[in-house]
Amino acid sequence: MSRLGALVAREAALAWGRGGGPLVAVGFYVVVIMLLPLAIGPDPARLAGIAPGAAWATLALASLLSLERLFERDYEDGALDLLLLSPDPLELTCALKCLGQWLATGAPLALSAPFAAMALGAPSELAPLVLACALAGSLAFAFVGGIGAALSLGARRGGLLTAVIVLPLFTPPVILGGLALSAAEAGLPWVGWFAFLGAYAAAWFALGPLFMAAACRNALS
Amino acid sequence: MREGAGVIEALELRAVTVRRGGRELFRDLSLRLGAGQACALTGANGSGKTSLLRAVAGLVRVEAGEIAFGGTEPSEARGAGTHFVGHADALKPARTAGEELAFWSRWCGGDAASAEMGAKTLGVHGLLDLEVRRLSAGQRRRLALARLVAAPRPLWLLDEPLSPLDAEWRARFGEIMARHLAGGGLILAAVHDPLPVTAISLEIAG
Repeated sequence: MSRLGALVAREAALAWGRGGGPLVAVGFYVVVIMLLPLAIGPDPARLAGIAPGAAWATLALASLLSLERLFERDYEDGALDLLLLSPDPLELTCALKCLGQWLATGAPLALSAPFAAMALGAPSELAPLVLACALAGSLAFAFVGGIGAALSLGARRGGLLTAVIVLPLFTPPVILGGLALSAAEAGLPWVGWFAFLGAYAAAWFALGPLFMAAACRNALS
Repeated sequence: MREGAGVIEALELRAVTVRRGGRELFRDLSLRLGAGQACALTGANGSGKTSLLRAVAGLVRVEAGEIAFGGTEPSEARGAGTHFVGHADALKPARTAGEELAFWSRWCGGDAASAEMGAKTLGVHGLLDLEVRRLSAGQRRRLALARLVAAPRPLWLLDEPLSPLDAEWRARFGEIMARHLAGGGLILAAVHDPLPVTAISLEIAG
């Protein structure tokens, strides 16, 4: 296995085992989805109306859970120092760390999003689009979240700080995904909104590592 | 990617000044370390030994002065020619010793066979199945030091490498350092006790 492949595998393994890993994130997701009918009432028509949007917004919150330890543990135990002493740029290292994290927690969450939407009564024809939105969105959440995690390095209660930093940046994908889903549900063209969502994810996929690496360097020096 | 920087001819510090948190730790520190030489860095607690090592590794910015690696570009020397063993051992408690050594060996440019050799040299090959959390402080340090052997890089930056080791392993690690120097390596080590190899001495006055 190449060195960079080994890094992705290690990150995924760490995220998988980290305090329950994807099970905790997916569990949180399922519980919040189950709380919604209790709060809103069991009327199927009303639930079906909010189902895609609720599944989508809850995904954004569940994505926050695994962010705290993305850089924090490596920072505390000195592994970040060693990751820096490599011929590869730190930007690439940060991108691969995020990717490993997304494979272990973001992707399982995205896979459970269509089930969450259908459990609330969304039509099953919508499931593929919910999955596509969730995959693109969770990638954006992972890379934007990585910036927040890197910026809050060394701060006490860094997880809370991370959430406050990244939630505003989560709003565009939440809006765009929500628009795509409601357009599709109403039988209107949704491709444009979905393309914007994909563009947002692609932009942070490219830009996020630059910010993460700068924040990591700053935290170490 | 090419694993370069097989040789670093010299480590040169020219009038280096480092500030941390608004306080000047040391000023105009100079040192020349040639291939095959070791330097024992001494000084009181808080005098800046760790900061100097981190500055050489490029983790801390120098306020003034220059750090050069002979004819090698600093980025190449740091990226492919430098090992850093700090206070923290960079080992994840929940992973096994074998997984951690294999990863760091791979990351620093070694492979599975060289990781095994590193484990044998540092006497941790019997512990590779154990989770890192089950290891003692000395065993953890030896596991961290094993990557020095597992992935050959010429410049070793060691921050109190011997402190958790017992007398026998201090002597054995001395032999490992002597072999590294004989092969043209360089060692800069922050220590409180004398290094078990011939070394020039540099004291950081507070």
